[in-house]
Amino acid sequence: MTARQAPGIGSVAGIAAAVRSGEISARSVLQSSLERVADLEADLHCFNAITAEKAMADADAVDRLVGSGLDPGPLAGVPVALKDNLCTEGIPTTCSSRILAGWMPPYDATVVSRLRCAGAVPVGKTNLDEFAMGSSTENSAFGPTRNPWDTTRVPGGSSGGSAAAVASGMVPLAFGSDTGGSIRQPASLCGIVGVKPTYGVVSRYGLIAFASSLDQIGPFAATVADAALGLEVVAGHDPMDSTSLDLPSPQLLASLDDGVSGTRIGIVEDFLSDVSPECREAVVAAGEALAAAGAKVDRVKIPELLLGLPAYYIIAPAEASSNLSRYDGVRYGLRVDGPDAETMNARTRGEGFGPEVKRRIMIGTYALSAGYYDAYYGQAQKARTLVIRAFEAAYRSFDVLLTPTTPSVAFPFGSKVDDPIQMYMCDVCSIPSSLAGHPAVSVPFALSPEGLPVGVQVLAPALGETVMMRVAASLEAAAPRQARGPVTP
Amino acid sequence: MTEYETVVGLEVHCELATATKLFCGCRNAFGEAPNTNICPVCLGLPGSLPVINRRAVELALRIGTALNCTAQRSIFHRKNYFYPDMPKDYQISQYDEPINLGGFLELVDGSRVGIERAHMEEDTGKTTHVGGGGRIREAGYSLVDYNRAGVPLVEIVSRPDISSAAQARAYVDELRSILVATGASDGRMEEGSLRVDANVSVRPAGAAEYGTRCEVKNLNSLRSLERAIGYEVARQIALLESGERVAQETRHWDEGDGRTHALRSKEEANDYRYFPEPDLAPLVPDARLLAAAAEGVGPMPAERRRRLSELLKAGPEPAERRDGSTTDQVVTVVDLGLDELVHGAVTAGADPHLSLARAANEAAANPDAAKLLDPIAFAALLKMESSGQLSATQSKEVLAELMTHGGDPARIAASLGYEQMDTAALDSMVDDVIASNPEEWQRYRAGEEKVAQFLLGKVMRATKGRANGKLVAAAFAARRSV
Repeated sequence: MTARQAPGIGSVAGIAAAVRSGEISARSVLQSSLERVADLEADLHCFNAITAEKAMADADAVDRLVGSGLDPGPLAGVPVALKDNLCTEGIPTTCSSRILAGWMPPYDATVVSRLRCAGAVPVGKTNLDEFAMGSSTENSAFGPTRNPWDTTRVPGGSSGGSAAAVASGMVPLAFGSDTGGSIRQPASLCGIVGVKPTYGVVSRYGLIAFASSLDQIGPFAATVADAALGLEVVAGHDPMDSTSLDLPSPQLLASLDDGVSGTRIGIVEDFLSDVSPECREAVVAAGEALAAAGAKVDRVKIPELLLGLPAYYIIAPAEASSNLSRYDGVRYGLRVDGPDAETMNARTRGEGFGPEVKRRIMIGTYALSAGYYDAYYGQAQKARTLVIRAFEAAYRSFDVLLTPTTPSVAFPFGSKVDDPIQMYMCDVCSIPSSLAGHPAVSVPFALSPEGLPVGVQVLAPALGETVMMRVAASLEAAAPRQARGPVTP
Repeated sequence: MTEYETVVGLEVHCELATATKLFCGCRNAFGEAPNTNICPVCLGLPGSLPVINRRAVELALRIGTALNCTAQRSIFHRKNYFYPDMPKDYQISQYDEPINLGGFLELVDGSRVGIERAHMEEDTGKTTHVGGGGRIREAGYSLVDYNRAGVPLVEIVSRPDISSAAQARAYVDELRSILVATGASDGRMEEGSLRVDANVSVRPAGAAEYGTRCEVKNLNSLRSLERAIGYEVARQIALLESGERVAQETRHWDEGDGRTHALRSKEEANDYRYFPEPDLAPLVPDARLLAAAAEGVGPMPAERRRRLSELLKAGPEPAERRDGSTTDQVVTVVDLGLDELVHGAVTAGADPHLSLARAANEAAANPDAAKLLDPIAFAALLKMESSGQLSATQSKEVLAELMTHGGDPARIAASLGYEQMDTAALDSMVDDVIASNPEEWQRYRAGEEKVAQFLLGKVMRATKGRANGKLVAAAFAARRSV
């Protein structure tokens, strides 16, 4: 099947401007969004929950503000989709897991309340790989999300629902979480922009933890500018998150169109060999486009970055094994009864978690066990340090680095799900920035011979979002329009 | 039979007296309705994150300072194990980089017990097993109260320097005084503010190696601590004497049968899988924190006892008091925090031994009121007593009044009718008694000392107790020697 370019319901900035000026109502924007959801949801399964009624009330509240001459904020009336691992007060938050099915958080994640304060209208909770563990949404307990470019293929993951919702034009803006590539990889596979900010730039309060030292929330949008706007709204210090940086939100839009003249860009050679030809070619072409725009483009070898993947698959499961302990059937979520607390706990977890989550809990538990800690967790932390040092060295010569986002374009359902290592390899290019806590963005840049989108990834040092987004905007300007969503399946 | 020596190390969990919990803004309060002081953070709800309570850090540093520890950069670890009253199924604690390292505690008898570390951690909730006599295996169901979950704790780990049950008791008693003195804790063992686990082992006297230790839990009072260690030592010696070995295990003290019982090995087979807590930044004791911590730490009880004893050496030793009781008085006064009062009184000219005695006995009967006593007024009263203006009984009465209502001791004495009789009135009273009791007076003159009491009594009766006994006795003595 072939996807058609679609207008979607408009840009984030366009909608907000029109709603703020009273030109259109938030209610009518929401209606278009919900109509598109109604048309496509059966095919795509982007959502675990669609909160139309609540959204309608929110949209009406925005319209009332405008009516009384007040400014609802920079995202006035913008329908947004939220990954279902972001806590939403009174709205089920499941992490696409049976163990949390039906659980209603009594509070909003900081990101969610900041979006509401900015006038955004949440329309629903999007599907993901269970507890954000996976690269295809096939690990969702509620069925996979399909890629709007080709519904026989995965949208990527774990934030596949959010990516597909933006890529199919249901919403102009969505949020996901990225632990090892869970925003960038589905953005790449769905032909949209996905940003993983510097660790600590966006509050994690209310994000259900997978791996706490790596998790970071970020936006999806069809364009770099819209993603930048979304990030500006949610970023900035939050006293509820001890790892939140004590800094104001970055100003990205102001210099987004300043170009890349003189910017030093390094193409990481180590990630060009083991990727598909279209992914390699997209990076090479992106380098040429940036050079043509005035950037200084060079090749760089950073072999330590290849240590990232194995280190990540120790550190992330280790933290996950601890973070997921609390799902014990005692206080909330699923409980499968037993004759004593221990049996109840074992049965609840046995029935509540899917196979990939169990695999990671077992790997992580093993890696932290007495007698194995040094050989696994300790060693992985050393590798993490090597990755950080290697980046430090590279950023002495370059302002940003350029890599493929993923080793391949969107793959068919079932092609990797039985081979965890193959699935884990999807993250090889995105993991190093996660380990270092650095920002990275995936920008749609080309179409594969089969007509599937190919993203390229721009990496920057910590707090390098401004230059990173500027480079991303230049790439976007050079990329063919057909390479990016929204599309109609 | 071989001589054995006892080796004990204690782990004391102290709840910090903060207004709020360690990682959230919930109230840190004891005895409230179950599950009322809770929020997403202390319930460990998905997505919640801990934020450190600076006040708890200050108090932890204050404890470290009081225990002569070194404050250092520290990090939190997660201690992973499943238990229904632990909301996250891991406890945020400190592991190999604790906030306070190395120190010592000096006991009343001058002995020192080394402190390994004093680290911070969060408390768990509280489980009540319903039915089956409260034991988990037989219980029909269990109820969990999470009010206590996330309450800040400091765990103080001693070195295995304690060599008897009595010394263990003295250590906890002294530690408790310190925790209360620093304001870090209310020190209430009965409310669980202070919880003690004992690591007990025995070894042949003089042996270089430690014996196998058992950890004894459920020690809810100083008395159970002492009894449990005594029992455990005897049990281990009996095992060794009969050629058996002591198994390393956790044992539960049963106050009812006066024995320790091994817990099922499954209940203690834990690998806690400690790893650094990624949700919290390292704690660096910056200058501001250290200053705030130092502010609340005055001299510790051992030092205060020493100072008080020095003070007593300066004054004349009272003939009628034994040394032992003076030591007890020093301990009592320091324990109740009345040593400042004694120092103040002595500075204002009061007799050191008399100040100590009145503080340790009469003032100690109402320590809260005594702490508010003006040392100058206290000293004025004691000077009246020393000079004979007031009898001991009168002085105690005036002190009681002074503690309840305050005021000037001279005026209180006057209002109670204790004002000094002038010498002339006293003299004529003495002469009257001699005149009306010639027989007794002759016997007294002849050296029959017991008659002195009779004569004294006559004067006291005539003055309705207002006369100072010492002065009256002196008056009779003076007339006899003429």
